[in-house]
Amino acid sequence: MKFDLQMDFGSGFSLSPKDSLEEEALYDVLVAGSGPAGLNAALYARRKGLRVAILAKKKGGQLLDTSVVENYLGIQGLSGEQLAGQFLEHVRSLEVPLVEDAEITSVVPGNSFHLVTTATGKTFRTRTLVVATGSKPRTLDIPGEAAYAGKGVAYCAICDAPLFRDKDVFVAGGGNSAVEAALDLAKVARSVTLVHRSRFRADQILVDRLLAHPKVDVHLQTRILEILGERAMTGLLVQDLGTGEPRVLAGDGIFIEIGHIPLAGPFAEHVDTNVHGEILVNAKNETSIPGIFAAGDVTQVPYKQIVIAAGEGAKAALAASEYIQLLPPDQGTLGETDSQAPQFNLSL
Amino acid sequence: MNKMFTPELEEQLRQVFEGLVDDVTIALFTDGEACYSCPETVGYMREVAALSDKIHLKEYDLQRDAATAAGFKVDLAPSIVLLDAKGDYQGVKFNGIPAGHEINSFIPALLEVSGQASEVPEDLAARVDAIDKPVNIKVFVTLSCPHCPGAVQKAHKLALMNPHVEAEMVEAQTFQELSSKFNVSGVPKIVINDTYELVGNQPIQAFLDEMERI
Repeated sequence: MKFDLQMDFGSGFSLSPKDSLEEEALYDVLVAGSGPAGLNAALYARRKGLRVAILAKKKGGQLLDTSVVENYLGIQGLSGEQLAGQFLEHVRSLEVPLVEDAEITSVVPGNSFHLVTTATGKTFRTRTLVVATGSKPRTLDIPGEAAYAGKGVAYCAICDAPLFRDKDVFVAGGGNSAVEAALDLAKVARSVTLVHRSRFRADQILVDRLLAHPKVDVHLQTRILEILGERAMTGLLVQDLGTGEPRVLAGDGIFIEIGHIPLAGPFAEHVDTNVHGEILVNAKNETSIPGIFAAGDVTQVPYKQIVIAAGEGAKAALAASEYIQLLPPDQGTLGETDSQAPQFNLSL
Repeated sequence: MNKMFTPELEEQLRQVFEGLVDDVTIALFTDGEACYSCPETVGYMREVAALSDKIHLKEYDLQRDAATAAGFKVDLAPSIVLLDAKGDYQGVKFNGIPAGHEINSFIPALLEVSGQASEVPEDLAARVDAIDKPVNIKVFVTLSCPHCPGAVQKAHKLALMNPHVEAEMVEAQTFQELSSKFNVSGVPKIVINDTYELVGNQPIQAFLDEMERI
């Protein structure tokens, strides 16, 4: 067991004095979300001299659930958390306030500004919004999944892998996150079986590493029909799609890594979305409502990758900046920077 | 033994500890024999206590100081309870070393027990105040779990707000017997009065929904 301290300045205690937003203020760019898209949007917007703030549910976004990032240009290998830490540090160096555990519950689009209300009942005004709220893990939606959630069924490999020491575990999925989870689990588990209904979508470099691992078994073209168990999970009922034969595989746990569903939240009531619930944006990240932009995994832009989300965030901020410049003069002035007394916010 | 804190981290923590309002005591219970992570926890707590005059460390032995341990309902080692300036136990406990990500629940707990207040919406505060039966909240964690400190912080916050509530972090790998008793295979796992279970970093409302069923 590793004891290395993973200090996260800002989760509940903060060294930054500016981590609160003013209800009286008019922000230029309010960013919803603090994953790569949201943070890069904040960075770009702040560098344009705009008054920017970030409302985040989980600081760092899904990067925190990623064990290793090896495909971000210039970063040969960092944990998702370290990379998130570097992103945050960069944004913080420009004194952008970031409020954590701030869930946006309602949005009222307007002509000169939009209103955003959080779960704590605070309402903020902003000329533009960048929606970068990301996504959450997709579930298999099969019998047994909900019943054995936390009793074998898991969605966060870095969190729960230590609990499967010397156990037999499955990973559902065939993309990068599934293969990475399987490789992570293989460090502690007795055996790891990857089950996927079609072919690998993961990068070949990862697939090669997986197939070479002595503890790992792979079942492709295999559908998971049910998660079996009594008090806790005991195995899977699967079907070989080639032969059609169902069979039972025994195991103690399954990590479900089959992609994500967008978290458009209250924004979906206003902006256009596609059948998957993803917010539709154009090449400038504009949504169907003027002044509301979106970026990253919450949009229909294909390939949910850190580098892509970050790039989309930059585009959204530049488009928002352009939009603000074109507003009538009385609405288009740039904001002042925040100056607030230190405040300690325990997240609830 | 290696130090837990780097010089940079020490400096940052010194600044954070300037926010301590009153004195706070770390009561640390270890057990001489076969106590996984006890030596590391002792070293770690000594380092923490050295960073502020307001932080005091008292080291106890689970066997020798059995009466003290019983007073704080401590039966595991290592176990840490935080005491306020009057030396009173407010229901804030950590079973297992609060290292890894759990430093993010441990530091705020020190600040809060010292009297640093944080805002709670009025409707929630009223619900917490209304709890009038004994409540024990266990939050099972792993040290590699980024979502876990949030759940621990909320449980401790509830304990500080209401004297009927006791909240304890349980490091799942250190206390495997307890973890398997509660079938912990996903963290954070929240167990209320050893009966009601929640999985994940739930909002404080979800804690209250379960607590109100008691």
